[in-house]
Parts: sequence; structure tokens; C-alpha cells
Amino acid sequence: MNVNQQTPMASPYGPPQPGYGQPSYAPLGGGYPGPYGPYNGPAAAYQPGAPPQGYSPYASFPSKAVAANPVSDLSSPLDLGPARGPLTSAPRPVSTPQAYSQYPQGDSQNGPPPMDHSMAQPAHRSPVSQPYSQGAMNLSGPHPSYSQQYGAPPPMQQVTNQMSGMQIGSGPPTSVGPGYAHHPSTQPPISAAYSSAAPPSYTQAPPLSAAPSQPPPPSEPAASQPYYGGPPPPQQQPFPSAHHPSQPFVSSSPYLGPPSQPQAPPVSQQQSFPPGPPAQQPFPNSAPPPVSQASYSGPPPLTQHSFPPSSQSGPFPPISISPSQYPGPQPQSQPGPPPFHSGPSPRGPVPPPSMSQQQANHLPPGPMQQQQPPQPGMQGGYPTQQNGAFGQPRGPQPGYAGPQYPGQQNYGAGPAPAPAPPAQKRLDPDSIPSPQASELPAVQKSRHRIDPDAIPSPIQVIEDDRVNKSSEPFTTGVKGQAPPLVTTNFQVKDQGNASPRFIRCTAYNMPCTADMAKQSQVPLAAVIKPLAMLPPDETPPYIVDHGEGGPIRCNRCKAYMCPYMQFIEGGRRFQCGFCSCVTEVPPHYFQHLDHTGKRVDCYDRPELSQGSYEFVATVDYCKNNKLPQPPSFIFFIDVSYNAVKSGMVNIVCQELKTLLDYLPRENPEADSVVRVGFVTYNKVLHFYNVKSSLAQPQMMVVSDVSDMFLPLLDGFLVGVNDSRMVIESLLDQIPEMFADTRETETVFGPVIQAGLEALKAADCAGKLFVFHSTLPIAEAPGKLKNREDKKLVGTDKEKSLFQPQSGFYSNLSKECVAQGCCVDLFLFPNQYVDVATLGVVPVSTGGSVYKYTYFQAETDRERFLNDLRRDVQKPMGFDAVMRVRTSTGIRATDFFGSFFMSNTTDVELAGLDCDKTVTVEFRHDDKLSEDTGALMQCAVLYTSCSGQRRLRVHNMAVNCCSQLADLYRNCETDTIINFFSKYAYRSILNTPTKTVRDTMVNQCAQILACYRKNCASPSSAGQLILPECMKLLPVYLNCVLKSDVLQPGADISLDDRAYLRQLLSCMDVSESHIFFYPRLLPLVKLDGGSLPMAVRNSEERLSKGGVYLLETGLHLFLWVGANAQQELLSNIFGTPTFSQIDPNMTSLPELDNPFSQRLREIIDSFRSQRSRYMKLMVVKQEDKAELIFKHFLCEDKSTSGGASYVDFLCHMHKEIRQLLS
Amino acid sequence: MATYQEFIQQNEDRDGVRFSWNLWPSSRLEATRLVVPVSCLFTPLKERPDLPPVQYEPVLCSRANCKAVLNPLCQVDYRAKIWACNFCFQRNPFPPSYAGISDVNQPAELMPQFSTIEYIVQRSPPNPLIFLYVVDTCLEEEDLQALKESLQMSLSLLPPNALVGLITFGRMVQVHELSCEGIAKSYVFRGTKELSSKQIQEMLGLTNPSASGPQGRPAAPQDPAVTCRFLQPVHKVDMNLTDLLGELQRDPWPVPQGKRPLRSTGIALSIAVGLLEGTFPNTGARVMMFMGGPPTQGPGMVVGDELKTPIRSWHDITKDNARHLKKATKYYDALANRAAVNGHSIDIYACALDQTGLLEMKCLSNLTGGHIAMGDSFNTSLFKQTFQRVFSKDHNGEFRMAFGGTLEVKASRELKVSGAIGPCVSLNTKGPCISENEVGVGGTTQWKICSLSPSTTLALYFEVVNQHNAPIPQGGRGAVQFVTQYQHSNTQRRIRVTTVARNWADAQSQIQHIESSFDQEASAVIMARLGVFRAESEEGPDVLRWLDRQLIRLFMFHLRRSPFLQVFNNSPDECSYYRHHFVRQDLTQSLIMIQPILYSYSFHGPPEPVLLDSGSILPDRILLMDTFFQLVIYHGETIAQWRKAGYQEQPEYENFKHLLVAPVDDAQEILQTRFPMPRYIDTEHGGSQARFLLSKVNPSQTHNNLYSWGQETGAPILTDDVSLQVFMDHLKKLAVSSAA
Repeated sequence: MNVNQQTPMASPYGPPQPGYGQPSYAPLGGGYPGPYGPYNGPAAAYQPGAPPQGYSPYASFPSKAVAANPVSDLSSPLDLGPARGPLTSAPRPVSTPQAYSQYPQGDSQNGPPPMDHSMAQPAHRSPVSQPYSQGAMNLSGPHPSYSQQYGAPPPMQQVTNQMSGMQIGSGPPTSVGPGYAHHPSTQPPISAAYSSAAPPSYTQAPPLSAAPSQPPPPSEPAASQPYYGGPPPPQQQPFPSAHHPSQPFVSSSPYLGPPSQPQAPPVSQQQSFPPGPPAQQPFPNSAPPPVSQASYSGPPPLTQHSFPPSSQSGPFPPISISPSQYPGPQPQSQPGPPPFHSGPSPRGPVPPPSMSQQQANHLPPGPMQQQQPPQPGMQGGYPTQQNGAFGQPRGPQPGYAGPQYPGQQNYGAGPAPAPAPPAQKRLDPDSIPSPQASELPAVQKSRHRIDPDAIPSPIQVIEDDRVNKSSEPFTTGVKGQAPPLVTTNFQVKDQGNASPRFIRCTAYNMPCTADMAKQSQVPLAAVIKPLAMLPPDETPPYIVDHGEGGPIRCNRCKAYMCPYMQFIEGGRRFQCGFCSCVTEVPPHYFQHLDHTGKRVDCYDRPELSQGSYEFVATVDYCKNNKLPQPPSFIFFIDVSYNAVKSGMVNIVCQELKTLLDYLPRENPEADSVVRVGFVTYNKVLHFYNVKSSLAQPQMMVVSDVSDMFLPLLDGFLVGVNDSRMVIESLLDQIPEMFADTRETETVFGPVIQAGLEALKAADCAGKLFVFHSTLPIAEAPGKLKNREDKKLVGTDKEKSLFQPQSGFYSNLSKECVAQGCCVDLFLFPNQYVDVATLGVVPVSTGGSVYKYTYFQAETDRERFLNDLRRDVQKPMGFDAVMRVRTSTGIRATDFFGSFFMSNTTDVELAGLDCDKTVTVEFRHDDKLSEDTGALMQCAVLYTSCSGQRRLRVHNMAVNCCSQLADLYRNCETDTIINFFSKYAYRSILNTPTKTVRDTMVNQCAQILACYRKNCASPSSAGQLILPECMKLLPVYLNCVLKSDVLQPGADISLDDRAYLRQLLSCMDVSESHIFFYPRLLPLVKLDGGSLPMAVRNSEERLSKGGVYLLETGLHLFLWVGANAQQELLSNIFGTPTFSQIDPNMTSLPELDNPFSQRLREIIDSFRSQRSRYMKLMVVKQEDKAELIFKHFLCEDKSTSGGASYVDFLCHMHKEIRQLLS
Repeated sequence: MATYQEFIQQNEDRDGVRFSWNLWPSSRLEATRLVVPVSCLFTPLKERPDLPPVQYEPVLCSRANCKAVLNPLCQVDYRAKIWACNFCFQRNPFPPSYAGISDVNQPAELMPQFSTIEYIVQRSPPNPLIFLYVVDTCLEEEDLQALKESLQMSLSLLPPNALVGLITFGRMVQVHELSCEGIAKSYVFRGTKELSSKQIQEMLGLTNPSASGPQGRPAAPQDPAVTCRFLQPVHKVDMNLTDLLGELQRDPWPVPQGKRPLRSTGIALSIAVGLLEGTFPNTGARVMMFMGGPPTQGPGMVVGDELKTPIRSWHDITKDNARHLKKATKYYDALANRAAVNGHSIDIYACALDQTGLLEMKCLSNLTGGHIAMGDSFNTSLFKQTFQRVFSKDHNGEFRMAFGGTLEVKASRELKVSGAIGPCVSLNTKGPCISENEVGVGGTTQWKICSLSPSTTLALYFEVVNQHNAPIPQGGRGAVQFVTQYQHSNTQRRIRVTTVARNWADAQSQIQHIESSFDQEASAVIMARLGVFRAESEEGPDVLRWLDRQLIRLFMFHLRRSPFLQVFNNSPDECSYYRHHFVRQDLTQSLIMIQPILYSYSFHGPPEPVLLDSGSILPDRILLMDTFFQLVIYHGETIAQWRKAGYQEQPEYENFKHLLVAPVDDAQEILQTRFPMPRYIDTEHGGSQARFLLSKVNPSQTHNNLYSWGQETGAPILTDDVSLQVFMDHLKKLAVSSAA
């Protein structure tokens, strides 16, 4: 919402900030809204007057949050005046649209950076701007909605909204408003109160007003401008200072400033909006303010109306949007007018409304609190209520909301509350709510609504990043530079640091001290994908051979030669960048230095100039000091009744015949040196002798599964080409031989033991492909019992379900790792198979688990085969050991992924393929220096698929910072979420799920609170201020919390959860991103090479008349609206009738029209991007299957009780406020 | 009246029985004084081409604990259609089918010439013969190839309906499934883990609850193909099996330097036994194990796989230094008993230059009636022909083998059964005529002989229990009835009944008669068996001393020097091998074993038997010695020189050529019939192989007395053993001094 962070930044965004400037909300609450409202109409000048009106407006506004905002404006007025002045001047008059446009422009120009997250981020990263922008974004979002609702009023509303936005910026203004009056008191209270008062405060308006009004104008402008400059983060602070009152708004303050000015006129609002929009970037940018607003407004209103009461979410949006919303709110001031429009009643009643509002406002004081609640709703207000209750809170909120929303929306109102805030703030929204509710039930409802468009939008962030960063190659030479998002297509140039395709860090500026790190709670981690595949236009790591002596290394810490080694004494020695130890340069490696102290051959040697490269390892790096044998692949096929019946056996055998020609190899010209072996099994194992000299394969049955051994040596592992005839004969016969089997029991432990024995006997590493169907209940080691007990779900004992049944498989995996035996498990279960236990070995050996529940040959064949093909073909290393070295001061302390560790430093991977990721957490063990930064070197020693021993080295240098702001400016939310989710998914093994969830929420709250406290410009407590880089943290975190693993629905089996849990453990950032926040594409115009822009994952975004494609990383859904155009259906399905679409189809018909072709292209390209094949499901609206589909609309409330985005945001806000108070 | 000689011969020809005494002392006391107990050698399946089996069932005495079979010695009341059992004197009515019986219309079993008669029983469905090959794959390529060929050849010798199975072993044990098309399947077991019979059957997938009858003794499966994939009729799987054998590879596991290959013989056998136990209990079956070295791992291992540790010798055994001996023996003992209980016999064909562990494994064959053949390599005619001879056929074109035999002995009241020595196990059947005094395998009236050949001969020992003060009426006769049930190789179930009787004599009054009825040869063999039996379980010297005390006979001199009792110069395995054959061969063969036969060929006349004495070794003679296990042709010094000079090639010395060929021809004749194939040795004076001859002859001339005798007859033997002369002198002295 307010994401003040940006606010500060916002300065540029100024406008947005205001929006953000939750303050605005507050202010709104302050009742300023009322005034503003009027003001809005009046514009700037009115602000003052407005406030009162605001109040009234509030009443009315409530429904139209905007109106409220205006109030905030009230405060802002003053500020706004100033602030806006700059911005607005033109805009103001312009009215919203213009304003928007202006803002946008302005934003784009100034603001853009701030406003637009993307924009802002890049530019602002440095400072606050980002946050602001976000905030702004959000805010703006909401506004629009309002406007729409009001329809006619829209303009007004919009204006108001904008205003509010402005306010938002000024949001703080609330304080302003109050601030002016009470500012100091109010604001503080606000901040404190935010929860209660916050709303108002949020209302950027208030802040805006406040900030703007007071100092804002001056300071803000200044500040804002500076910000715009993209300059100093401090600005934020300054703002605060400037805004004093607005403090909270601080961030927004700048905005406020502008807004305020504009406020006077409606423009201001507009302006605010603009910022808002800009903040939202996309919107602003694209269809600038108007559009965005419009669109937003459109929806929002509806939602609001409808939702308001029900969904507090409504409020939230504003929150997130804070800036924008605020603007909205501010608008309130303007809205004041709008409110009227919208809530004519209010207006008419204006007085009354005002009354009511006032009451509210007054109440506000009371209400303020209430309002705050709303704000929480937004931020504080909402939070409080909502937060408290979150999902449910709404109920209360309504009540609260009523007031709150109003407040929020009204920020203006907020402002009003602002005054109250002081007192109220302390009061609790909760208490107030009821009264409010009673007071303004109907209105409340409408008010409650937070416009979802106003809260930070992942889509917008992604889009901005794409627009801004995909054009230029990303060069890795600059330390501390965050790479483009994973969703962006970009080229990487390795200039000394590892490509983000290999390593992504959560923070590219590490705090210098452990205290800082602890204070911020931002995890310091790197997500490493050592063997990642690079796109064709990037060069794979060069191979370096240092000769018989092996790679040159530091004597002490054993770090490998890398660009961070400093050559001294004319090149005779080098100093290690990690441990500072000085090591002699071996004669054969000596080279002179140039005048800068660089080796002359620096650019001839990859290890001196590149971030990633490979060494050829010598025999010293081999097991038993013996060069390794080429690896082997062994296929274990379950031939029990279920496996045969499902068609799996047949498919596998058929496929293997061709697949064996595609075994991994390094030289595409030569045959693969990988040897293969085959085993089938049910409750006994059948080994096959496929020696090339045999006319027919020979089957050797081992029934003594209690004590597994390898029955044959010669002829078990063979070269594919040598034994092709025999192998083909075997694969032909296997399905026949077991076609009539009646054996239903299977073993599992002995299967892996057999593979292990085979590899031991052949003295090589390798990979086992196990195709398994049922719970292994046959009498044998590793026998399992069915322990699926849904009653344990949700209890403290739930964790036991994720733990393996016995230690058998853990021990077995140790042996496997020691031998370099990697296990890939393909499951075809019809019922519980205890993935938690069966997955132990694959997970510990660097393998993968694939699960095809209720496998049916017809429908799942394609997915399975594609997975299998990829799994067999993909490049991988064997018998790998990974070690992460770091420079003094930090240390790799924790590792997540599919591997085994026998000590605390070495990550042992029996197999490591190109999709496997290891996440490493770092902790301080000393101080870091800003001068040298922090270095990490990840070295992976492995055996290539041709049997060569290699060492892959990735180097990464990041900056160190002594200012928290730097940390927040240079972190990557997607990576943080990747880390958090892995951490959480692992924690549920030992901790009750609920505790895990709480811990995560808490940590995130701390991160954000820390930012708020230390980096954001002061603003009303009711304002939610998010760092630009982290503005999506709440939405993503919510997705994590709602995921099936952490919050299972009734239809999610334990196996599914265990499966997903294991799956996540080795996902890279782009996979985890789409896993938690799926991509939803509207299929409209598919012409041209670019994809349509995604929409947010919410049912609201779905149009009955449209068709959408949803990609989750594991599934593809094609959602068909009930009223989809016939032409569209014809193009896609070849039938114009909705009812004739076959929901069971797994691939689209190949139709000869551009649309169909393009769609299939898109689907194919999606699939090719993922390591697992995504099966396509066609979901018809209203169909039963739609439930599954809806499950992935992660911004909505989930059926399993997961909060909607808006609700969660409010909750976060509340948590933050609690931490701050 | 014929001489005893003739009487004895006639009895042997007709009934296959030779008693030590043909007149029995009538009281216990007197019998004891005779030293040699009343005992007999009985050849149950003595070939009787002239004996047509009758197609009905025997008539049994109705007394529950008697059940003797109607025989020519019974008193019959043709009028009342009643017969009296000559063992228990029970009077039994003839069954209805005998209604037409009369003086002139007697059933065969009442005719005196049918003292031995064979019945064909139709009771149960015929069981197929079962042959289970257990093949060692840790062989040299050449050996394995030869073995494979022998095995493939043997398939053609089997009756088409016989069931065959194949187990191969090396480091692992593989049970091959024969019924499958396409892919050859086998079940693999690790060679180190002992499994219970139940586990084996489970692992082989044989525990099909519907397959085993409720009575625990499932009738022979109606369709064996269904119940057991591992044993299939030859005619069905001939091709499969031939291919399978053809593709048999040497054990693929690498054998490191200085190690023996890992051979899981113990497990392979236990699986073979377990397999048959589970599928065909109480059905005749033959497990044929071919091994090329000692078991080196798992239960039943005889020696470790370290080549630096040699296999146990007598020296180690006496020093109690043979680590694996007891354990392995116990293991194989248990296996043998299991197999015997189920009527399965186990053959061992061991071909290796070193010992293969026969000492430990001998009981497998000894208790189950299986064969043991020992050779140096599978690629020798010794093995090939021996193996081929296992499948030799009689004049009816039927195998000279029978399965699942049970021998029951019934005796008159005055006589009790002490025990039996031979390839049998006790069935622990209690009855009235069991002596408390056990000799050999006793305590029962029934023995199981899992596999029989026409030459299989048991020694049976009796005890006269009649008290001295209860004289037997003059002319009283003691009777013994042998009832042998078995499965004929044509799958018929048959019962052969032999009933014999001897007169009682009062030792005080008729001592001369008794003396004259003494069968020296039979007694010698009988006592030798007893000696061997004791040697198996007691210390060698003790047995010798016992023997010395018991007997003073010529042949005993040779017996003392034979490998049956004397272990010097023979490995433990060889001793086991020799003893194995000694306790089962018929009288003639046994005698040859004790006292080898020596023929002399010269220009002076036709071949003549000569004394087994060093004095018979002359330069101008060719000697042919038959020790049963070896056939040695020894060319005297002169003859050897002539032969070397090639005179036999010159037409004018054709007589010399004939002289050279004569013993070879004779040897061939012996080789034709002998089972197992004897080792055929062609040597000459001074040849290294001449030791076979020199070790056997009576060392009448040694390096000690060579010059005192001064003659240039014969060749001196370098030995410290006493000569027969010395031995006899000593005996005489003893006989006189200890006569009391």
C-alpha cells in the first residue's frame, strides 16, 4: 500500500507517496476528507475547508473511499497545496485525467521512478523512491475503482481519488490535516493509532495534506524533487521531517506536497492519482491514469460496493495502494465532492454525512481509530480489524470498515480522524468499529472495500521490469547490482560475477554487521543452480586446465583461483580475496602484471576474468584417487498389477527403445558412454542380462529381497549400441511377460539397494530411474505401512506425516551418496504411497520425484514421456560435492535442496542435474567491510556424463552496507520468497505448521517494520509503507502461506503435500516464483510475437467472455468463460459452442488459423521453459474442474481458509504496526 | 546234495542273498562264540531277467505287526483256503481272488522257485522320474565345455517324460526356469545365506496354497508343468534346455589373484533339496551335482577362498586343525537326511585335481543312495563314460536305476535284526524283531534306499536270540523275508519279496556242519563293511586292532592295507570315495576292492591269475591289476623295452603285438561293465604310475630282505609295511597264545 518506502522515494513519486503516505489515509480519516472532498471540488484551497466537509464526505465517501481521502487531503490541502503545486499546477485543473496523465508523466519523469515500481526501483533503488512508487501504485489502484463506481462522479471521484492519491502521497498529510491541527499529536497517534487512526493517516491525504500542507509544500516539493532526482534516500526522512506532521507520510510527503497543491483543486487528486498510476506504473504508463483509474475504478467501485462491507479487502487495496489510494482518498478531499456524487447522500447529507462522517470523523477521532482500522484495513485500520481477524475481520471491519473505509477512502476522512487520531489512535479501532458500524453500516460496507488495483501488483512489477531491463544485456561486473527479475528475458554478460542464472542472492548489499542483519531480518541467502543451462546466446562456462598440479588454490582456505585473487609482488604471489592469505604462484602459472596490477593475461584466462568457469580436476580430486568410470543408468520398472494395468509398463518400455539413443553426452557426435541396465520388480526383482553376445536377454530373479545382492555382473550394465538388439528384444518382451501378472505387492528398499549394489560392483556413479506404483508392503527391508491419517492434519503431530516412517531410507541414502548413486523416482499411485518416505532417497541423492496420480495411459502419457525424456537427456553431473566458501565475516550456515550432508560444509550430491538448485543461507561471524564487500565462491566437484572429473566454480561478489536503506534497496523479493518457502517447508518437518506460518508472517512483519522504522520517512502509523524492492513481499508471502503444503485444503492428500514439499526444495527462483504466483494470461489478441500482458490471479479479473491461460509451473489451465465469443472458441477448439468443448482434452486441436497456432506456440514455449512438462487442462466456467483452477487464483480467498491478498495485506499491516508500537 | 559252494552260488543267483553262515547256531550263546555274526549281503534288485513280475498285489499276513507276505515257505490249507504265516504263525484266509487256489493251481508266490518274486502295484498314479542338474560354473572353459556337452548328451538319454531341472552355481546360485518362452529366466540366490526350505519355496514362488494337498503329502501333481516351472518334462523343454546349457557362461565374477573362485555348493544343494522337497516330496528324484572344486563360501564351505590356505588333509584332521570340517559335515548331514526322508537321492560328480570336499559331502550320497564319481577333469573319458553309464539300460531298455526304495526285513522269532550297512537310512519302524544290539544302522525293520541299482548291496546283521535252554526242534528253520518296495525306472511302483530260510543247528553237536556252512567271502565283505562303518566314526588304529582281534583271514591282510581303513597315501576325499563304493557294491566287486586281482600275461601260456605279491612282478610279464577303482596294465622291464623298441610294429613279432593287446582287451571288457569307470592306467616298469601296482602287492621282497632272499624273482617294494609272511607268522602266534 503505502509502502512508504517508496514514499520517500516517492518524492519523485511524490504524488504517489502521498498516496502511500498512508498518512493520507490517516488524514482522510482525519475527516479532512470531508473537507477535502469539498476541497476537491474546490481543489486546493478547499482543503482546509474541506476537512470538515471531508468529514461529511466521509460519510458519503466511505462508500467512496475516495471521498475519505479527500479528507486526508484536508491535511494535505496545505501541504498539497505546496506539493501539488508543483505537480499539480497543471494537473489540478486538469482534473483527474489530466492529473493522472500529468502525474504519470511526472512520475514517469520524476515519479516514474518512484511511482513506477519498476521505474522507481531501478532508479530509486537507491533510495526510497521505490517504496513510494509501490505505495503509489496501490493507491492509485483503488482510486480508479472508486471513480468508476461513481460513474458520473468518477471524474470527481477520480479526482478525489487522485486527490486521495495525492493525499496518499501526502497521506501523511492526514497527520497534516491533523497535523496541522494536531499533527504532532495526531500523527504520532496516528502512527501509533494507525491501526485505528492509521487509516486516516494512511490516507495519504492526511499525510499528504499534513506533509504537504505543512512542510510538505516546501520540504516536500524539495524533497520530492530531490527524490525524483532519484537522489538521496534521506529525502524520505527529510520529508518526514518536513512533513513533521505527515511524518508517516514522509515518504509520501513529497507526494503530498504535490498533491496538496493539486488538491486544492481536484487536480491535486488527479495528480496524486497519476502518481498512483505511475506507481502502478503499468497503469500510469500504459493507459495512464485515466485508464488505469478507469479500469480500476471500474472494478473497484463494484467491488467496493459489493465488497465493501464484506471484503475488507476493499480497504486493503487502498492500503497497498496507499499512495495511489491515498490519492484516492485525497480525492476524498476532492472526493468530498465525489463522495457526494457517489454518496450523494453523504453529500447531500454532507453535513450529515459530515455529521456522520464527522461523527465518523469525530468519531474518527474515535473513528479515527475506526478509520484507522479502515486504514488498517488499508493498513492500520484494516489491519487491525482485518488483521486481527484477517479473513473474518472483515466482518468486524465492515463495522469498522464502515468508518474505516470511509476513513481510508476518505483518507480525507482519515485526516479527519487525524485529529481524532491522537486520541483514537490509541484507542483501538476494534472498539470503535462497532460504533462506526452502527453508525454507517451501509456506507461502511462500501467503504470497506479496498481496491485490489490499488495494492502492489505483481503483474505491474513484472511488466515494468520487463520493459526496463530486457533490452540491455545484464553485465555482472558491477558489484551489488540486483539482476532483472526472473520473469524478464534478458541476456547476461559474465564480467566477473556469476550469472544470475547460476546464483541469485536475496540481497546484493549485505549488512556489514550481524546486528544490522538481525535487525532487518532480511535473510541473507543465495540460490545456486550450479549446472544451470544457459540460453543459446550465452557462452557456457569455459573449461580451464591447470595441468597436472590441478587448479591453483589458496593455500589456507583452498579457494580456487578467481577474479578476486589479488596478484602482488610483480605477479609472484597472490593474495586470497577470501581469507587474505598470500600464496606463491606456481612457476607455470606466473605472468607479469600490468600497470594497474592486473595480470597481463587476465582476459585470456577465464578464471581471472569470469564469474563462472570449470576446472579439469586431476586424479587427486577423484574418489580413491582413481579416475572415475563413466556413469551408468539403471531402469527399475515396477511390473506389479497396478503398474501393468495403468499402461505404465508398456509406455516405459516402448519409450526406452528410442530414448536410449539420447543418453547424455558431451560430444554430440559421439555415442554416449553411459551404460544402461534394466530391472523389473514386484515383490521380487528381475535383473536382465543383456550382454551383446546373447541371442535373447536372460532374466535373473532375486527373491531374497531381505538381503539384496546383484545376481550378475557381466552383461547387466551394457553400452546401448553394443547390445541394442538384445535390449530391444527385452523391452519388447517385458510388457508381454507381465501382461497377466496378478502380483499386487511391491518392494522398494531392495530396489534401491540393488541399484546401489550394481553401481558398487561396476565401480561407477550413476542414476537409478525407478518407476513405481504402490506402497511397498511386501515383506522386505523398507517395508511401509499405510499411515495416512487425515485426522492428524492441523495438529501438532502433523509434522510426523512429513517425516519418513523409519530410518531405513535415510541410511540407505547415505550409502547411495557415498557411491554416487542418484535416484529418480517416478510414481504412479492410485492411493497413498507415502511420498514422504519414498522420497527420502531421491531427495537426499540429488534426484527428483515425479508423481502421476491416477495415471492413465491416454491422458498422462504425454506428460510422463516428456518428463522422462527430459530427465534422461538432461545434462548432469555425478558424485558431486559442493562447497561454498565466503570471505571473512560471513559464513554459509544452512543449505536447502536435494542433497546429503555428512558435515557442516560439504554438500554431497550423488547426482546434480541442470535443474537442481541449492539455497544457501549466510550468517555473519564477524563484521564485513564496505570497502571490500562480501565474496562467495561456490565450487562443485563432479563427474561429467562422459566420466570426466570437473570442478565448476561460480564466484559472486556483493556489496556491504552500513545503512539499512541500502539493504532494502538492493534485495530481491523473489529470491527471498524462494528462501522463505524452502525454510518453511523444511521447518514443518519439526514444527507444527501453524507455528511455521506464524513465524514467517512475523519475520516478514519485522522486515517491513524495520524498514518502516529505519528507512522510511516518518509517516502516520496507519500508513503501510513497503520498500520498493519488497512491495510484493506480502502478496508472495501470502501465496506461500496459502500453499497446499502449509495450508492444505480438504482435497489435498498427504502425498501431494509431501510431494510438493520435496519438489520445492530444489526449485530455482523462477520456478518458485511461478509456483507461488502463477501466470494468468488473457487470450485476446495473440498476433505478434509478444505475449499478452498477464492479469492478476483473481477471479475478479476473469471475464466471462474471455479465455485465459494459467501456468503454475506444474499445470496449465485453459479457462473458458461461459460467454466466450464463438469466434474465439472456434479459433481455439474448432467448435463455436461452449457446451461442445471437451473438458477432458489434453491438447488443443491443431487448427489452421493464426490464433490457434499462436496459442499452441505459446503453450509449447511455456512447457519448454519448465523442467517438468505441464499438462494442459481445459476448464470450463462453472464446471466442476473450475474449483481446481480457482485454487490457483492466489489473490483470492482460498477454500482452505487462506486469506485474500487484500486481507493479508491488512493483516501484515497490523502486525507491522504492532511491532512498531 | 550240492556242495555248500554250489548252494551259496545258487542262492545268490536266485535271491541275491549271501549269508555268512548257512547253518545257524541255535542259541545266542553259541552264535556269539562264532565271532562272525549271522548276517548276510543282500542285493535287493539283483538282476533277474528270468523273473517276470506279477501284475497283482501281494497277500499279506493279517496280523497288524507282522504283515509278512505270502511265500513258498508258508503252510497252506488249500481246502480251507487258509495259509499260515511262517513268521508269526497267524492263520490267514486267502482273499476272494484266490478262490480257485488248489494244489495244482498255485499262485506264483507259493512256488518254491519264486522265493523271490516281484509284484507290480497299481495303487498310485505313476510318478515321473526327476533329474535335477546342479552345475558348478566355476570351471575352466575347457572343463565347462566338456561338462556342457555331457549334460546335453544326457538329455537324449532321459526318458521323454522324465522331469528335468537345472541349477547352476558359482558365486551365486541360479535356479533356471524352463517353461518360459523367449527370455530365459532364472531365480538367483546369494551363495552365502542359508535359507529354510520354506523360504526357498517362497522365493521360488512355489507356495501355492492350492497346490499342496491337505494331507501334507501332496499326491504327485497332476500336471507338474503347472506347479513347478523348474522341473519340466524333457520332451517339452529339450530345445530350451539345450540352448540354456549352450549359453551357460563361466561364473562371471572376477577371481582375484591368489584366491579360489567362490563356489556356493552348500547353498546350491540346499536349494535343490528344498525345491524337490516342496514340489515332489516322497517321489523318486535324482539330484546330480557336478562340481569342479571345493565349496568356498556360505554354509557347507570346506575351505576358504585364500589359495594360501590349503584344503584340509588327514594331518589337519587328526590335529583337529580343519576349521570347516565339522560345520560342513554337519550341514551336509542335515541336508542328506532331508533329502533321504523325501526319497531324493544326490549324486556327486567331482572332477578336480585337488580335493573337492567329498569327505564332508559323502553322506549326501551315502545316505541317499546317490553315486559319487571322482575324476581329474570333466574333460576325461573317466567322467564322461561314468556319467554316461549312470543312464545305462538293461535288456528291457529300462534304466538300471530305481527310486524311493524301502527295504523291510522280517525274521523268525529266534532271529532279530541288528542293523544294516549300506546306502540307506533308517525309517525308524518299530517291530517285534528288532535287536537291542545295534550294528550299523539299526533300531528299525525298515530302511529307505532312495536310489537303487541292480548292484546295490546291503549288509544286514542279525542276532540269534534263542536261549540255550530252549532248543529248537530238529529240522527247524529260521526264515527271513525281505520286502523291497520301489519305483521302477519305468515309473511303475513295484514290490519285490525275497524269502529265505536256513536250518538251525546245535553248535555243540553239529559244529562241523556249521563250520562247513561258513561263507568265507561273504563274511569277509560283511566284516569289512563293519570295519569301514566303524572307521568312519572311530579312530583308525582302534578299528584295525578290532579287526585284528576279530579276524584271522588272508584277505584281512589286504583289507588292512586298503584305502578303506588305511588313510596313508590317500586324501580324505579319496578315502571317502572308496568307502562310499565299498559299502554298496555287491560281493564280487567288494572282494576285488579288498584284494585286487592280478593277472599275468606272458609268452609262456594263457593269462593266469597270480598272487598279489611282489614276487609276481617279473620283467617278461605283462600284469593287469584290477582294484575296482583302477585298472593297471604293467609292462615288465623287458616287455617295456621291447615295446619301446617298437617290435610290435614289425610283422615278424606279431605275437608280441598280440601279447600287448591281450591285457588291453581284457581291461576293456572290465571297463565296459564297471561303474564307476575305473581309472585306466597303462604303465611299465619304473614308470611313475607303477606305484598303483606296487602299493597293492604283498611286499614279500623289500629293501630289507631283498638280498636275503637273493632271488631275482619279482621286484622289491620300498615299504616298511610287513609282508604277508610276517603277518601270518604273527597271527599264528597270536592265535595260539590268545586262544583262550
